[in-house]
Amino acid sequence: MQRTALDFWVGLFVLIGITALMILSMKVGNLSVYNTSQNYVLTGHFENIGGLKVRAPVKSAGVVVGRVTDIQFSTQTYDAVVTMSLDSRFPFPKDTFASILTAGLLGEQYIGLAAGGDEVMLKDGDKLMKTNSAMVLEELIGRFLFDKASESD
Amino acid sequence: MPPKTLIEINDLNFSYGTRAILKGINMSMSRGQVIAIMGGSGSGKTTLLRLISGTLRPTSGHVRFAGEVVHELDRDALFSLRRKMGMLFQFGALFTDLSVFDNVAFQMREHTSLPESMIRDLVLMKLHAVGLRGAQHLMPAELSGGMARRVALARSIALDPMLIMYDEPFTGLDPISLTVIGNLIRRLTDVLGMTSIVVTHDVQESLKIVDYVYFIADGVIAAEGTPQQVRDSIAPFVHQFVHGEEDGPVPFHYPAPTYQQDLDLDPKEMPVV
Amino acid sequence: MFNRIVSGIRSIGHRVIESIWRLGLASRFFMLVLLKSGTSFRRFGLVIRELYYSGVLSLIIIVVSGLFVGMVLGLQGYETLQKYGSESAVGTLVALSLVRELGPVVAALLFASRAGSAITAEIGLMKATEQLEAMALMAVDPIARIVAPRFWAGVISMPLLAAIFSVMGIYGGHLVTVIFIGVDEGSYWSQMQSAVDFRFDILNGFIKSCFFGVAVTAIAVFEGYNAPPTAEGVSGATTRTVVTSSLVILGLDFVLTAFMFRGVS
Repeated sequence: MQRTALDFWVGLFVLIGITALMILSMKVGNLSVYNTSQNYVLTGHFENIGGLKVRAPVKSAGVVVGRVTDIQFSTQTYDAVVTMSLDSRFPFPKDTFASILTAGLLGEQYIGLAAGGDEVMLKDGDKLMKTNSAMVLEELIGRFLFDKASESD
Repeated sequence: MPPKTLIEINDLNFSYGTRAILKGINMSMSRGQVIAIMGGSGSGKTTLLRLISGTLRPTSGHVRFAGEVVHELDRDALFSLRRKMGMLFQFGALFTDLSVFDNVAFQMREHTSLPESMIRDLVLMKLHAVGLRGAQHLMPAELSGGMARRVALARSIALDPMLIMYDEPFTGLDPISLTVIGNLIRRLTDVLGMTSIVVTHDVQESLKIVDYVYFIADGVIAAEGTPQQVRDSIAPFVHQFVHGEEDGPVPFHYPAPTYQQDLDLDPKEMPVV
Repeated sequence: MFNRIVSGIRSIGHRVIESIWRLGLASRFFMLVLLKSGTSFRRFGLVIRELYYSGVLSLIIIVVSGLFVGMVLGLQGYETLQKYGSESAVGTLVALSLVRELGPVVAALLFASRAGSAITAEIGLMKATEQLEAMALMAVDPIARIVAPRFWAGVISMPLLAAIFSVMGIYGGHLVTVIFIGVDEGSYWSQMQSAVDFRFDILNGFIKSCFFGVAVTAIAVFEGYNAPPTAEGVSGATTRTVVTSSLVILGLDFVLTAFMFRGVS
């Protein structure tokens, strides 16, 4: 095989391989949204996190704006402390409401942020004051049955 | 003028484990000579070549090449010594992934920083010397056995070595190629002023071109001499070898217990043959 | 009876000693290859030539298999997810299976049988036809000149091939579920994007394929270089390359997965 042809094919192969890696990173892994270099960290206390896991998405209006990076149990307040990392391009007001939601009926759980109206924005390391726990299906069913029972009385 | 003796072998012993291959070999080879080493199959001829090139280490004794003891050299010194040696393998051992031209150019590209135009001239000169300048673009798979060996010969003289070793150069060649290779060995040795060691069991062809012959049998030198002395020799071993007789000092049977013992026969019950 | 037990124990012992000896030989050879890799980088042309043989020539099989594996994943995933009404998550299923596991593992298995066996056969034949010895006698180290470039070419090709495999699979899944079946295009990509993490999934898959590349090519060059110089020897070594590397890939995959995804959902 001619040396130039060989170089051409190998060059093409390496280019295709690198393109594939880029597609995986950008289009599949969504690296552009989740850039580790420009993040700010928020914490929030939740009474019950349900099935929330580390790396679960943080969404606002359905758009992924960050991810859960850590979940700890606090022995002072006896609730869950969730640390999340948000993209700095998306600042949120101080009175943002964080709730643990479920994608579909049985889908994965994520944190939904609903922006408030405060003028002051959240900074790196701030604590979300307004949180809403996960809906636990058993509790819902229990409450529903209890309501039904009290209705029929 | 460099010393006339190129290789000196003193009391060389070599064994694989407990099996002794070579037992006390003494040889001396001079520049400009073609030397044949003959012997039956498995008599340790190829082992001797490996000891000269430093691929194997002797159990005792030494090989001296151009004044240096081969097995005492470190890796770098051994590699620089090997640049002064060429080796022609039984079937050529051409690099199958390189063309004829690149095979011959291989050592020049690895060991020198000659410009490509000069390498081209040198390669064509070497190929011309073996009559295969026209085959430079062929791949080794496209060559006949004789041609492959000629290319290998051109490759082994690429860096003008002081010594070329030929391992069974005549095996499996037709009579024409046989003569061509034989004459090439002689002519290149004379023209380049190098030493050639030909390991072979092709007696008739090699006696035509060599200056001196060593016979090896059972790891020792059984006989030696010039071609004329060998032809006239009445020593039973040499006679058997040169004339290709089946039985003689080299027995037809490999050493074994007696036939009766091996077949578990009672000597008394043996039929009288 | 007693004799039989003794000889049984003896044969176990023999096998253990033999395999430890072989492992030692392989490690020593691997070290030699690494030590003599300088030439491969000073003369990168040698590696480029081998990249053609192990990388470019493996491209077709990787692209086609990746496409089909992705299509099958899409089809099967859709059939199952549809029962739970969450067929829009099929993109997540296809991407995660490919990026985390199937991409690196299947690409490595294909690479072992396509390129690994070719490397073993080539080096084994060069040894059998005395080319390696001839090279050593020309004062050129065959490990530096023949083995190391093939090793590095394999190490470079493997992650690229695994990435190509994954991407082809994701587009294969896209083809089946979005274009043929009619899953919403937007949800295919967005569900995938929200579930696949760059560091945990893609980077770990990439690291896995690097490990596999080292393992497969190291086995391939070792088997070739130590093949008995006969026709049966070379064919046996080629078979051993494929069998050993497949087992090593699967075993290594388990170990790496256990390390990487430990403690994470």
